[in-house]
Amino acid sequence: MTAVATQLGRVGTWVNRRRQWLWAAFFIVGLAFPFVARPYHLSLTIEVLVFAIFAMSLDLLLGYTGLPSFGHAAFFGLGAYVVGYIASTSPLALGLTSNLLVTVPIVMAVTAAVALAIGFFALRTSGITFLMITLAFAQMLFSIAIRWSGVTGGSDGLPGIPRPTLGVGPLSYTFTSRESYYFLVLAFFLASWWLLRRIVNSPFGWTLRGIRENEQRLRALGYNTFRYKMAAFAISGAFAGLAGMLLVHFFRHASPENLYWTTSGQVLIMLIVGGTGTLTGSILGAAVIRLFPLLVSTYFDRWRTLQGLLFIAFVLYAPRGIVGLLRGERDEEAL
Amino acid sequence: MSHLEVVDLSKAFGGLQALNKVSLAVEPGERHAIIGPNGAGKSTLFNVITGEAAPTSGHVSFNGRDISRLAVYERANLGLGHTFQRNNLFMGLTVFENVRLASQHRHRVNGHWFRTVESFSQVQEEAEAILAQVGLLPQKNRVVSELAYGQQRALEIALALATAPKVLLLDEPTAGMSPGETAEMVQLIGELPRSLTMMIVEHDMDVIFSLADRITVLHYGQIISSGAPDEVRRDARVQEIYLGA
Repeated sequence: MTAVATQLGRVGTWVNRRRQWLWAAFFIVGLAFPFVARPYHLSLTIEVLVFAIFAMSLDLLLGYTGLPSFGHAAFFGLGAYVVGYIASTSPLALGLTSNLLVTVPIVMAVTAAVALAIGFFALRTSGITFLMITLAFAQMLFSIAIRWSGVTGGSDGLPGIPRPTLGVGPLSYTFTSRESYYFLVLAFFLASWWLLRRIVNSPFGWTLRGIRENEQRLRALGYNTFRYKMAAFAISGAFAGLAGMLLVHFFRHASPENLYWTTSGQVLIMLIVGGTGTLTGSILGAAVIRLFPLLVSTYFDRWRTLQGLLFIAFVLYAPRGIVGLLRGERDEEAL
Repeated sequence: MSHLEVVDLSKAFGGLQALNKVSLAVEPGERHAIIGPNGAGKSTLFNVITGEAAPTSGHVSFNGRDISRLAVYERANLGLGHTFQRNNLFMGLTVFENVRLASQHRHRVNGHWFRTVESFSQVQEEAEAILAQVGLLPQKNRVVSELAYGQQRALEIALALATAPKVLLLDEPTAGMSPGETAEMVQLIGELPRSLTMMIVEHDMDVIFSLADRITVLHYGQIISSGAPDEVRRDARVQEIYLGA
């Protein structure tokens, strides 16, 4: 294990020295990818990018603010259902529009508003109580989605969600092909990453780190910490909603699974494996966890068992995740 | 009108009367010390004034305004800065990042979410100036958990100073320090501007006599003496219970 960690540390140093070149390479690969990749691999990449947005949104809470939400699927699923209800051609839904200029603001505003409502209660607690309350709220939304079948389609979910459109009148474009949708998701991913980076490096972002490190002291300095936690919860919810929306536009179907606790659990695993509090870790974690079944299932059909073992190994031996290993940080006692 | 005033303050923990109708006033610019043996109620009094604990009865007022029902952060924003008896810092951040958190709040820029924190030059400069004041500038880029204990105590004070308080409340600033570190801390506190009103809770009497203009002695939750250091030192009851005469 030590040897592996040392090797990864070297990789990290290598990566850091060649940062600009790697960025250029990523940029070229990112643009050329849909023209060379198989459709299946392209779909998988779209999913990775969507889950990277989702994981980054949770990182704002868990990694930066120190709030362990186990109900983040609430906002992911809500984003999925809101856009489903607005855009789906199913008789249950409104079928109004799938224009991103309309749907993105609505989805992000609704998820942020619901996050404020949930946060108003949940953010009075912390630690394990917070974890349980966020789980409870998410499961509540899940059961609403199952029971209120006249609106949500019950356990079948909402089918018939078209691919989104962007623009006005004749100057609009619909992202029908897989390739075009990949570019759309890539653009949303890069925009979210950039915005979240701005947020975490701002005075507001440092306030969130202060809450994570020592909320009592921050209050003694004059901070009304509850307000900042509410703001973080709302921003996080809005980005999770955006991710949920992008996922169902791709699969054309919103399902109760988007709200289920396993979805919350999966994004948590992504964060812990990738490393919290860095945003980059969320992206790496989303990629590793989403691609893991693909890599493993060729040789071994019990990939979930292996994923569990991988998760345990990270918790025990690399609590700072892949990013921590790449930086050469490790828990000396554990290794 | 007194700057900071405590009227008939009582606090009971179950059957234990930690504070019993304590009244005192701190005047602007005064350096007021609260002393007493362990269990005298000093920390309870301190916590009720800062808002970390609620009183059973009585009230606290600041510049004539009753602040008994205000939250800790609201009292801090009125100008009551306080330190903690046990180091209560942002352990995972650097020394500079700690002070900058206090500084960015004072400059009311902590709501900014788009500009980087480094781009607020007045916040950066002020955080550096405060670190220089408490002698921590050479350590500015070190993570707090790596600092020596005495340096962490100095950072406690730096954080409170960075909020630009009108009254600085210090809870046993030399707690747990070696004699050498204590002397440095006494010097640091002594060099703070005279215009800054201070209330210092301490059980080390030597620390207090060189710093305070006025001393109040607490014993079993009650004030038994209050006055200039020399008067208090001569007080027979104080000598009996505190100086072990």
